[in-house]
Amino acid sequence: MPETMTSMQRVLTALRFQEADRVPYFLLLTMHGAREMGLPIRDYFARPDLIAEAQLRMRARYGHDCLLAFSYASAEIEAFGGEVLFFEDGPPNSGLPFIQTPEQIARLAPPRIEDAPCLVRVLETIALLKTRSRGEVPVIAVVMSPFSLPVMQMGFEGYLRLLYDRPDLFARLMAVNEAFCVAWANAQLKAGATFVVYYDPVSSATITTLEQYRAFGLPIAKRTIARIDGPVATHFASGRCLPILDDLAQTGTAAVGVSIHEDMAALKTACAGRMSLVGNLNGIDMRRWSAAQAETAVKQALAQAGPGGGFILSDNHGEIPWQVPERVLDDIAAAVRCWGRYPLAWIQGGP
Amino acid sequence: MQQRQDFPTSNPHDAAAAEGLASARRLFYAALLRLDRSAALDVLSQALAAGHGLPAITEGCIAPTLETIGSEWEMGHLALSQVFMTSRIAEDTIDRLFPPGDASASIQPRIALALLEDYHALGKRLVALNLKAAGYSILDYGHVQAQELVEKILADGVEVLLISTLMLRSALQVRRVCDGLIQAGRHIPVIVGGAPFRFDPDLWREVGATATGASASDAIRLVQAFLEQRRDA
Repeated sequence: MPETMTSMQRVLTALRFQEADRVPYFLLLTMHGAREMGLPIRDYFARPDLIAEAQLRMRARYGHDCLLAFSYASAEIEAFGGEVLFFEDGPPNSGLPFIQTPEQIARLAPPRIEDAPCLVRVLETIALLKTRSRGEVPVIAVVMSPFSLPVMQMGFEGYLRLLYDRPDLFARLMAVNEAFCVAWANAQLKAGATFVVYYDPVSSATITTLEQYRAFGLPIAKRTIARIDGPVATHFASGRCLPILDDLAQTGTAAVGVSIHEDMAALKTACAGRMSLVGNLNGIDMRRWSAAQAETAVKQALAQAGPGGGFILSDNHGEIPWQVPERVLDDIAAAVRCWGRYPLAWIQGGP
Repeated sequence: MQQRQDFPTSNPHDAAAAEGLASARRLFYAALLRLDRSAALDVLSQALAAGHGLPAITEGCIAPTLETIGSEWEMGHLALSQVFMTSRIAEDTIDRLFPPGDASASIQPRIALALLEDYHALGKRLVALNLKAAGYSILDYGHVQAQELVEKILADGVEVLLISTLMLRSALQVRRVCDGLIQAGRHIPVIVGGAPFRFDPDLWREVGATATGASASDAIRLVQAFLEQRRDA
């Protein structure tokens, strides 16, 4: 049966907790674009025109339902003046934390978007994707949450010490990061992004307790998301979120990226009618999948979270590793197209 | 799925000593989770006053408590922030009761710890805190490249190597370390940990490691096991 919806229609239908023509799927590909264009990763991320071209080519090949304007998380650190390390076979990573002592926080100011070439390139990519997709495909933008960005700004240990030991400077850092996050999210929406993914792994139950989430991550998310002028999805980058879902629903997020380490059916039940699920294929394990393994993983996720809409099939972390071969992506795409058509009547027979 | 780990018994000399350490374990665990430094110190001070030496306290109380906390994190019952803070308190408590160079410390094997090609050091730090709290001294190589790490291991005569990684590409670099050691004729246990190994349970074998730990405190158990193997050989 031919597909009858555009990707935009399909995704919006899913987010309204209704069944579209098939389950939408996001292959969140960043570095694979460099391979597609035959360029080193560093050179590729310097060219918005090539990123847009690669995103369109990869969508043509795999048929997924989004275009990803995200380049690398440490671009936000670059905007703050921090160091970014580039590799030939992996994502650019933040280098030595640029906040070496908590006292530096008192002098920290949010960078201006227009003064950061790495961010301006993302805006150019979004504009190109919006134009070339004619509004038929969601263009995804990404921000790091104010509560999670400090892991790259000052290192995880330094940040946890700040959280426990220096409430004054923690509040100051959150004020800076909130201002930056809102400005960065809204700039991407203004450039043409359809929605913003709010990456917040530190709020996950893997990293902080429910009490800490209620004291820090939740109020920060509420304040920040309320000031973002468009729809927001929250992603915990493979962290657990089941214990905080009731609280998360208060933030205004439309969807939540979920982990392979939690039961998808339980997540679906907990989110029903409040938030859509995005996930949860294991991107690390995916490197070695055969066609049969890809099909099994896709069917399992579809069976657990597909019925009734409110589900977008994707990977577990929010970015597919460089080491995942294109043939696996072909296999995942083929499996969704084979088994993802609503009403998913095959599920009664088991995945 | 891994079962919830109860407090294991250590090597009691007699039933009364075993009961004393079991009680200390329960109190120490509760004090750590309350982030109560004073109570944690009191528990270990009382164990010391009751005649338990450092090896008995570390092996029978501190190490199993930290292993329990690590297991509970792995199962989703605790958060990493709690693991960090409890490890930090355990380390501070040990430092106050048994200053570095304390005569009661046991003979130390040469254990090295490294963060491979990454600046995200929390995992390595947690392993260091756990091993230190369990009574081990470690050589902390910090952030290193694969070849540099091999050279350091050879130069220092390291007997057990622990590597922490965050990114998949860093985890795959462990292969270069293992190959380099084999080429140099140095056959030592290589214990790996970090997110990539938690999401791909076969990855440690693929990169040539000897073992992997699901949480930082697993390092204690794995190091103990390798040292016992070596002693029995």
